[in-house]
Amino acid sequence: MPSFYHETKTVFGTHKNPILQWIFTVDHKRIALLYMGVMFTLFFLAVSAAVTMRAELFFPGPQFLKPHTYNELFTFHGVTMIFLFIVPGIPAALGNFILPLMLGARDLSFPRLNLLSWWLYVIGVATAYSALMSGHGFADTGWTFYAPYSLRTDSHVLPTLIAAFILGISSILTGINFVVTIHRLRAPGMGFFKMPLFVWGLYSTAWIQVLATPVIGITLLLVILERTLNIGIFDPTKGGDPILYEHLFWIYSHPAVYLMILPGFGIVSEVLTTFTRRTIFGYHAIAISSASIAGIGYLVWGHHMLTSGISDMARIIFSLLTFLVAVPTGVKIFDWMATLYKGSIILATPMLWILGSIVNFTIGGLTGLTLAAIGADIHLHDTYFVVAHFHYTILGGVMFMFIGGLHYWYPKITGKIYDEVRGRIAFGLMFMGFNMLWFPMFIAGFLGNPRRYFDYLPTFTIYHQMAGVGAVLVASGLLTILYNFARGLKEGKEAGPNPWNATTLEWHISSPPPLENFSKIPYVDFDPYEYEHGEPVVHFDENFRRVV
Amino acid sequence: MKKEMAYDIQGNSYPVADYNDDYDGEKFGFWIFLLTEMMMFGVLFLLFAINFYRHSELFGISSGNLNVWLGGVNTVILLLSTYTMGLASLMMRQGKVRVSAYLVGTTVVMAILFLSIKAFEWSVDIHHGIYPGSSILDAKDKGEILFFGLYFVMTGLHGLHVIVGIALMSWVLLLIRSGGVRPEHTIVMKNVTLYWDFVHLIWIILFPIFYMIGV
Repeated sequence: MPSFYHETKTVFGTHKNPILQWIFTVDHKRIALLYMGVMFTLFFLAVSAAVTMRAELFFPGPQFLKPHTYNELFTFHGVTMIFLFIVPGIPAALGNFILPLMLGARDLSFPRLNLLSWWLYVIGVATAYSALMSGHGFADTGWTFYAPYSLRTDSHVLPTLIAAFILGISSILTGINFVVTIHRLRAPGMGFFKMPLFVWGLYSTAWIQVLATPVIGITLLLVILERTLNIGIFDPTKGGDPILYEHLFWIYSHPAVYLMILPGFGIVSEVLTTFTRRTIFGYHAIAISSASIAGIGYLVWGHHMLTSGISDMARIIFSLLTFLVAVPTGVKIFDWMATLYKGSIILATPMLWILGSIVNFTIGGLTGLTLAAIGADIHLHDTYFVVAHFHYTILGGVMFMFIGGLHYWYPKITGKIYDEVRGRIAFGLMFMGFNMLWFPMFIAGFLGNPRRYFDYLPTFTIYHQMAGVGAVLVASGLLTILYNFARGLKEGKEAGPNPWNATTLEWHISSPPPLENFSKIPYVDFDPYEYEHGEPVVHFDENFRRVV
Repeated sequence: MKKEMAYDIQGNSYPVADYNDDYDGEKFGFWIFLLTEMMMFGVLFLLFAINFYRHSELFGISSGNLNVWLGGVNTVILLLSTYTMGLASLMMRQGKVRVSAYLVGTTVVMAILFLSIKAFEWSVDIHHGIYPGSSILDAKDKGEILFFGLYFVMTGLHGLHVIVGIALMSWVLLLIRSGGVRPEHTIVMKNVTLYWDFVHLIWIILFPIFYMIGV
């Protein structure tokens, strides 16, 4: 059967030119690959910015960067990683590809809107990077654009702000598309509690995208108007209130970290069940905890402002809510542990990444509780401790899950199998390098090393040098993955429909899937992860009728 | 066209949703879109509320500078225009295509009228030197700067929505001509009507908070 690589539908009908066939395609699988292509290019750019910063910090004192360039570098790293990479991240890339397959649908509800999202994303990327070419230099505000500095700095903040606004629209449209798809296009018989857990993660994420992104959109728009027309809403000299900016910014940007992690949690549930050959422990608890993380996560933004000008009462409330959000997260972790218990664990590469991500995320999550305690936060705020916490959850958590997911669905996407040994080596490099890179920062931060500084006291040298070595390991791990995936395309073995013996619907169709995925839509009256004696229970014949 | 079916083990059939033609899905999607719009305007209302709380007296005084009659006329125009748009939608479903098209046209005319009055109001304000960043406004008290800052941002954003609405309704007119909107296929028109309802609802809130608190 010809796969989606061979035939496609575009928004304007048919094209002979393969490039036009790609950039105007309305096939969700191709759009997912378009996202992946752009996103990972930007990811490696941002990684190189990070490695440059670590090289600068390898010795105390100025090395080869100017302080202002350093500010631009970390803003570039932050803006690219957050707005261009990890926020669209798993939903736009893997979610786009896998969601309709898991639901038993032929595409998303609005295929053309999906293409529009990608185009807006690309326009956003171009706008953000236009600041690099313009001579004024990239924004130097950090990715948070705090007023009043973002109103005053003469660096090129405007294109970055406009870019973030456009990316917001793209993200909202993807969110709407996913919510409607999940409500409308589930295969007949598939109730909400028969959906795979990755879908639950995407569903919660989509609601955050829909409800929180408009808040940042209008806030950034106000900063844009503030810079161009001097409105005064965030400008203290005109009676405006910069603390209000912080509130509005974090009302989006805190839920945004759950927006990053929730689809990652979904991947964990998928991969764990497949490589333990048993059903997930506490399906309902995991599904509902995703939704409640999304819900409670919406109300915790104030913990970013515990040292800003907010009242003690507000501090206590936000601290309490932050502790609460750890509960559903803990529920998930325990459910995963219980899934492993007495499962036939297969330590394939995706499973290694997922197990690694659970370890890293647990450290990242628990240090988050340290920061949620008001007293401790006064000491740790704006130190490397926060940076380490954040990267433990997002790089060690989300990114490990993302990479795990990429390995897991690589056979489905490409039809080939990557080299297992290289995959494991890459994981070893990354896991070691990651912990070497970030764990010392907890200590440095605890001892008082402030974040975002171009320089540090010589007493902190050892931590920065360990981090520097770790950064090299992480970078080489990433390059190994890239090499492995590229080689796998050429010399990988044919994967077949279901190389992992997994149970969800995407593994019942050929790899790579054909255009429109399912020739006939199956009837789903079974749970997503049914195993018996280590084998999937559900099988279909060629007409997608269940075989007993 | 025959509806596609999925079959369970016993051979019972269940209808499959067609993603190319899913009226409920498209309507649901548009409602969510309106929710995002609401969140966006909600932030602005929140900003207004906070600043009104801090500068109640000056907000009242500044509001007195706006022409409540022009604002009131605009409110009536928008109210009437939602009525004609809703009626247009109803007529289309009843198969009265021509009447429906005239009603959409009337709505467009009223929207343009609204914008003209709005533009006149703005030009008077700007003529008096009241616009964000002007030296006259910046010399005034902080409460007044904030009031007019919010006034221009919020009515400006609303005006932008009216312009988009005019474009959308013109598009609906073209679709009615080409047969893209017809009595048995009204989803685009339905959603544009919803959008226009939303735009007028926003104005229903904007009018009292800007024009009437000073009366």
